[in-house]
Amino acid sequence: MYQTKYHRASSVDEAVSLFGKSSEAKFLAGGQTLLPVMKQRLASPSDVIDLGKIKELQGVELSGDTLTIKAGTTYYDIMTNADVKKAIPAIAHLTSVLGDPAVRYRGTIGGSIANNDPAADFPAALLALGATVKTNKRSIAAEDFFQGLFSTALEDGEIITAVAFPVPAKAGYEKMRHPASRFALTGVFVAQTKSGEVRVAATGASQSGVMRVPAIEAALKANWSPSAIDSVSISANGLLADIHGTAEYRANLVKVMAQRAVAAAG
Amino acid sequence: MGVEGIGARVVRKEDKRFITGKGRYVDDIKLLGMTHAHFVRSPHAHAKVKGIDSSAALNMPGVVAVLTGQQIVDDKVGNLICGWAITSKDGSPMKMGAWPAMAPETVRFVGQAVAVVIAESKNLARDAAEAVVVSYEELPAVADVHAAIKSGAPQLHPEAPGNQVYDWVIGDEGATDAAFAKAANVVKLDVTNNRLAPNAMEPRAALADYDAAEEHFTLYTTSQNPHVARLVLSAFYNIAPEHKLRVIAPDVGGGFGSKIFIYPEEMVALWASKKIGRPVKWTGDRTEAFLTDAHGRDHVTHAEMAFDANNKITGLKVKTYANFGAYMSLFSSSVPTYLYATLLSGQYNIPAIHAEVIGVYTNTTPVDAYRGAGRPEASYLIERLMETAARQLNVDPAALRRNNFITEFPHQTPVIMAYDVGDFNASLDAAMKAIDYAGFAGRKAKAKADGKLRGIGVSCYIEACGIAPSKAVGSLGAGVGLWESAEVRVNPVGTIEILTGSHSHGQGHETTFCQLVAERLGVPISQVSIVHGDTDKVQFGMGTYGSRSAAVGLTAILKAMEKMESKAKKIAAHALEASEADIVIENGEFKVTGTDKAIALPMVALAAYTAHNLPDGMEPGLKESAFYDPTNFTFPAGTYICELEVDAGTGKTSFVNFVAADDFGRLINPMIVEGQVHGGLVQGIGQALLEHAIYDDNGQPITASFMDYAMPRADDVPSFNLSHTTTLCPGNPLGIKGCGEAGAIGASAAVINAITDAIGKNNLEMPATPDRVWRTIHAA
Repeated sequence: MYQTKYHRASSVDEAVSLFGKSSEAKFLAGGQTLLPVMKQRLASPSDVIDLGKIKELQGVELSGDTLTIKAGTTYYDIMTNADVKKAIPAIAHLTSVLGDPAVRYRGTIGGSIANNDPAADFPAALLALGATVKTNKRSIAAEDFFQGLFSTALEDGEIITAVAFPVPAKAGYEKMRHPASRFALTGVFVAQTKSGEVRVAATGASQSGVMRVPAIEAALKANWSPSAIDSVSISANGLLADIHGTAEYRANLVKVMAQRAVAAAG
Repeated sequence: MGVEGIGARVVRKEDKRFITGKGRYVDDIKLLGMTHAHFVRSPHAHAKVKGIDSSAALNMPGVVAVLTGQQIVDDKVGNLICGWAITSKDGSPMKMGAWPAMAPETVRFVGQAVAVVIAESKNLARDAAEAVVVSYEELPAVADVHAAIKSGAPQLHPEAPGNQVYDWVIGDEGATDAAFAKAANVVKLDVTNNRLAPNAMEPRAALADYDAAEEHFTLYTTSQNPHVARLVLSAFYNIAPEHKLRVIAPDVGGGFGSKIFIYPEEMVALWASKKIGRPVKWTGDRTEAFLTDAHGRDHVTHAEMAFDANNKITGLKVKTYANFGAYMSLFSSSVPTYLYATLLSGQYNIPAIHAEVIGVYTNTTPVDAYRGAGRPEASYLIERLMETAARQLNVDPAALRRNNFITEFPHQTPVIMAYDVGDFNASLDAAMKAIDYAGFAGRKAKAKADGKLRGIGVSCYIEACGIAPSKAVGSLGAGVGLWESAEVRVNPVGTIEILTGSHSHGQGHETTFCQLVAERLGVPISQVSIVHGDTDKVQFGMGTYGSRSAAVGLTAILKAMEKMESKAKKIAAHALEASEADIVIENGEFKVTGTDKAIALPMVALAAYTAHNLPDGMEPGLKESAFYDPTNFTFPAGTYICELEVDAGTGKTSFVNFVAADDFGRLINPMIVEGQVHGGLVQGIGQALLEHAIYDDNGQPITASFMDYAMPRADDVPSFNLSHTTTLCPGNPLGIKGCGEAGAIGASAAVINAITDAIGKNNLEMPATPDRVWRTIHAA
């Protein structure tokens, strides 16, 4: 790790102000990506601004048909939260299979989506559920927020404050873990909204990051059942390939994980 | 056996310090004035070093020195050696290129050091290393063993034309050809034994301290064999004469073979310490471990097995290409030859065997012994062949094995080894019973009805351990003897110190070696301590590898104990006015048999050291040493059976059951043996399902971190079902065979045999990743 200056912000405003005063600052949420990358000397921010102690970024609220998870809430706090388990159990499940216990105690939903790793779990949930990302400046629809590998709509110094999820009629998430990293080799989140719309998002599969899967959405719209996906064909074009999974294998996983997610959603 | 004697499940003495964070590893040691080294390593798999500009680095804060490969050559530090001479079939010696500790002219694998920065802190050294400018002229590289032997392939060393180190043969080719000519059936198989990174939990480290006044070096290092390190550093690397070099291997966090070898970093730390006049510490990080710790396995093999009409094996032909990487590491040459091809008979009566092994240089990390070292490759090959044969001949795989088992001992195989004892039917029976082999067909049918692909796989392994009879290995080209030494010191108040040339880096010697003393003297193990890992304390010894510490190291202790006991009995007889022949040792006392006359061990010890009243002519003191050279290898053997299910949708494997029935001879501490088997099985399963050190075609490593290299985790492996059948080894007085490597040797074939049974396709390479299994299921 190169030398850096550490700041602990006590409010979002203070964090933004600190960011403005430094040359190459990075916000630190749970640190599950930034710190390993810094240790490997692949990132060298002049200043690190810790958001972990900001009270206004903590907690979960269920209000009517909207579940709001504040950006600094850890995976562990999400997966054990009664409102999450009641309103969108698929999110509790997703969080319970995300990383390992050490990651779940430190990592946060805001950190995950701000980093937008193409194999992260949460982007699939946001996209499939049609969530809204709230920042200190604005609200951004999930579709507009994720913009390819490690790229989002966030501007310099903009801080995610919360994610608002519409409570769906049904939702499920299943993934195949990467054998080495345990990220999603491919994970699929399926959701049926209360108005009957079907949205399906896959992570870990596409070269351009989290993606909707229209073919599966159409099949499930017609018939919400795992067997409805049997005849769907997923192209391997544009899918990721590495030593642990060819593009063809990932295309297969999009389908198989979608079927299992539908079964889990009921 | 007492409560702490041989066979007792004694809790490990050393674990208190390990689990409370009080272990003392090389990196925990800090010396006054200590500096820190960071190596400048090649990013290229093959390149000429055209120039090194250190000027910017030297001007950075805290930088003490930047030293280069040319300087180490100029100072006449020796090139790294390979300690086992192999002769090719044409009678020529193996062909080796020079391996300097840092490359002055040419780098041949990614990670090879070209320079070292010494600075006041680790981070300052690392910062400055980034400022060292090395000009390279890239050369074409080759990583794949078949590509490396093609004409026109990039050449690594002028000394080894065609990148060929040797072309070695064993066995009777004529007899083998004759067997194939008459065969009723021939089974053929191509297998790859995947390259593995050893990944000990503690990375390698070295701390060198030169004392200019005494012209004396001390080296703290992560070694499985500190005396061998001292010998090689003295005799071959020109660092210091033996009496001016002390090597200490303190607590060491795992080795698996990778810490047998003497690496460039230790040499450079010693040399640099003298050059700058201050202690120099280097602690590798995980990336450096992936790049520079000797890798394991990496064979490509074609094999054929001949059967007669009764399904008896009549012959075996094997041709193996072994990838050695860019340089010949310390014992690398012996691994695919005398540690591999000599085990190709497996547990079977095979009248004729012929094997050819071609050693090949590539632009990859050097390959050497890794847990099992040659024997996993042999066992995997034979057990995959047996499974393939059973499928081809349409017979039950267990029955085919039983039909070919060696049942009479001793048994001379056609490939050097003379098996001393065993009962292969007993371990097969035990494993089949434990897994309910007879009920498998029913379970498979039920699984099928539930949409699951279930398979069962058998692996009957044998290995050669207790390495090794010195005369025998010497005749085969080994540069050292493989005996072990020990010393028993009974202190004046009766506590006991055992000094051993074995080295514990996870094996539990501090417990098991004490158990032998408890067994013989009837004293609690708390009165015994084990001293190891320091060349200034312990007389010359050979170290720990090849499952040798119990069979060889503990026998050396036994021999020293016998000498000590003999003297102690004389002292006791003198004190008790009895005949020496009537003295027996029980519960820490020397008793006159059949009487109530006794003298306690501390009183005997005190008498030995006060020397006020010893038998006439006896020297004072109670301390004896012994060197023990085994008469033969030992032959642990057993059967592993794996039952698993494959998810056809994802190709993912889930274990249903894994049973291991091992014959290790006598067990000193069954709990520690089980731990060794568990660890070995996990490494074998890791090789079968997860692990693979991969290079791209240009020699760039793809798997240099745990994000890409899949190490097995607890939830990747099943809860194991272990049992033991026992035939005592006749080759050593304790009847011990050794248990350290068996799991890693036998497990991978059981797993692959089970997966291929489940999916109904025989050909599947390791690691059987979900992707690979899924593609195999769905291949046309």
